[in-house]
Amino acid sequence: METVIEMRNISKIFPRVVANDKINLSVRQGEIHALLGENGAGKSTLMNILYGLYQPSAGEIYVKGQKVSITNPNVAIALGIGMVHQHFMLIPTLTVAENIVLGSEPRRYGFLDMRKAVAMVEEISQRYGLKVDPQAKVESISVGMQQRVEILKALYRGTEILILDEPTAVLTPQEILELFDIMHNLNTEGKSIIFITHKLKEIMAIADRITIIRRGKVIDTVTTASTSPRELAAKMVGREVSFKVNKQEYSPGETVLQLENVQALNSRKLPALKGISLEVRRGEILGIAGVDGNGQSELVDVVAGLRKATAGHIKLLRKDITNASPRKVIAASISHIPEDRHLRGLVLDFTIEENMVLETYYQAEFANGIILNNKQIQMHAKRLIQEFDVRPPDQKTLARSLSGGNQQKVIIAREVDRDPNLLIAAQPTRGLDVGAIEFVHRRLVEQRDKGKAVLLVSLDLDEIMDLSDRIAVIYEGNIVGIVAAEDADEAMLGFMMAGAAGN
Amino acid sequence: MLPILATLLGNTLLYATPLIFAALGGVFSERSGVVNIGLEGMMTIGAFAAAVTALGTGNPWLGVVAGMLSGGLLALLHAVAAVTFRADQVVSGVAINFMANGFSMFMLYKLYGGGQTPHIATKLAKWAIPGLAKIPYLGDALFNNYPTVYLAFFTAFLTWVVLYKTTFGLRLRSVGEHPLAADTMGINVYFIRYTCVIISGCLAGIGGAAVSIGIIAEFTEVTIVGQGFIALAAMIFGKWTPWGALGACMFFGAANALDAIGQTIGLTKYANPAFFSMLPYLLTIVALAGFIGRANAPAADGKPYEKGR
Repeated sequence: METVIEMRNISKIFPRVVANDKINLSVRQGEIHALLGENGAGKSTLMNILYGLYQPSAGEIYVKGQKVSITNPNVAIALGIGMVHQHFMLIPTLTVAENIVLGSEPRRYGFLDMRKAVAMVEEISQRYGLKVDPQAKVESISVGMQQRVEILKALYRGTEILILDEPTAVLTPQEILELFDIMHNLNTEGKSIIFITHKLKEIMAIADRITIIRRGKVIDTVTTASTSPRELAAKMVGREVSFKVNKQEYSPGETVLQLENVQALNSRKLPALKGISLEVRRGEILGIAGVDGNGQSELVDVVAGLRKATAGHIKLLRKDITNASPRKVIAASISHIPEDRHLRGLVLDFTIEENMVLETYYQAEFANGIILNNKQIQMHAKRLIQEFDVRPPDQKTLARSLSGGNQQKVIIAREVDRDPNLLIAAQPTRGLDVGAIEFVHRRLVEQRDKGKAVLLVSLDLDEIMDLSDRIAVIYEGNIVGIVAAEDADEAMLGFMMAGAAGN
Repeated sequence: MLPILATLLGNTLLYATPLIFAALGGVFSERSGVVNIGLEGMMTIGAFAAAVTALGTGNPWLGVVAGMLSGGLLALLHAVAAVTFRADQVVSGVAINFMANGFSMFMLYKLYGGGQTPHIATKLAKWAIPGLAKIPYLGDALFNNYPTVYLAFFTAFLTWVVLYKTTFGLRLRSVGEHPLAADTMGINVYFIRYTCVIISGCLAGIGGAAVSIGIIAEFTEVTIVGQGFIALAAMIFGKWTPWGALGACMFFGAANALDAIGQTIGLTKYANPAFFSMLPYLLTIVALAGFIGRANAPAADGKPYEKGR
């Protein structure tokens, strides 16, 4: 097969880090080539170079054998290179068609020809089986459709080589399957795809070849047929990774958290929880499975005191804590690992030590009246940094400059160290790489084994099935069923996640 | 009653005109993502340059052109600070306002030895549109007015066409909402923002000219007193759209007209004249104090864009 892209000895040096170190990558015509690496390994930087958003510090790029200098995205587009970014590059207030043609719009008598734009979008969307509504505003369409719009943007410009940067991160399991179908379609049309991910399962399912990058260097390029997830994980992380979390035997104790017919509204004042009843007991992990947006976030908020329950009761160890303030909830010994660690987990411009005492700074341990005991705060942070292996091990580092995995370690350290009765973990591994996921999973199970109650909310069904003792499936604000984890399988949970009652 | 209303209408148009130009300028600038609080200064410099040119050449139209160019030049300064150097756009705008005021005052003393220009004998003349001007009451108010009035309405239409019917407009709106996304589509964010800020200065400059050689026939230090800010308020009131801004300017224009002709039509019998003078500013505060949410603002308005390198 012909080689369409060849990157030779590409290096990219940022002021403080070497993001790419003499990287070699070759992509063949009509293949799906996966770029595998942990967060911060340098995958996105490499692709931003190929797409002309960054200039390499050294190295050469060849497209179809010709040496090229990709100084900006226009050059990349002209060379047939298209990119779908991890964070979608769509303008919410514009329509689907406007977003797609932006930058190379059809014209008529010098004016923008939207009628033709819509027709062209309809034409390519049909040819590749990418269903979109050209007239809809982007802010009103689903995430799955937004991604199709992104792919159409590239195809509209005659892309031959499509870069997909972590395309599955925001998709539901069903949407991921749809995306894989689309990728196969594009493949049979002769397009090459570079697929950036850190999810091994997806790579095994779809990639032809895999290039593994670790800390800015290429470790290896292998064919999917000749490798295994275990081998890939080891190459990606640099050590053996265990996938199976070892748990002690399930022996639940007394009920810690009890929800009775809890109702709540979402931020748009529409009913989000329509009468949730469940309980979490000591020594168990209760997993909440469901497709995004079925009330998971509201459920977590209500328990954490961040959202008002409009009806029902929430009890912690038989004490009513319905609509208690967050400080009271914290004092009642509930810990919360929030789903958005930037928005609610950390103050990004605070140091690690400050973030470590966000909930406890006023207590006697850390304060004398209104005066903070900085020495104590520092000691506290030092201890947790060591215990939870936060890197860099410097308590004065700003939370903003930590990697996602280390930010999550700071949050988990803070929450677990308070020795809670109930630990709420909302999407605790979202956006983390394999090594960090392993760490988080180990810590959650450790809490369960110590006899804590753990409420786990996750969109990742594998995570729910691996960790939970019991699984509650949420659909449109109702719990459609609660099953023992050992009785559950993916098909059955998928069925329930679509609204069918469990048994 | 009817003649009073007709007078009021005619004056509303007259006073709305400078606001319309400046507010449309604001639409260009802010839809591309650059907050332009310097509209006031750009109007000031435009009014000054127009007055001086009209006095010097005897041709008011050259004055309008001078107003436009001087406003554009000042806007270029704002663009350099706000786009290239990513300065705080509000601070840069405030500096522009002080600079325009200081420069024109200084030049007034230099050129005319005092705080005001001589009377401009050759100010813009009214244009009566044949036929239409003969309509009773309405004709005199609407179609026997200054050419800048007609030009303002035409400019609003033109702004609408540019914004929504041209590729430049689509790119402009995309840059104001999500410059990074526009950049990845190969759109030159800096070029678009520079262009829009300069256009905004040109329009504000014409707005200034419409005051000094359109409404009154001189330039003094109180020729432009807050019209730029009122235009800014009107643009927000009009939700960053050309027709919305136009409508809001008419509203503020009416408030100005009430002040200007309140005595003539006997309104001052009912309230202190100071009340009518205060009205436009009062309405501005109301408009800016959040009665109109910022929900409609372009998402990247006021945020400098830095290209990743």
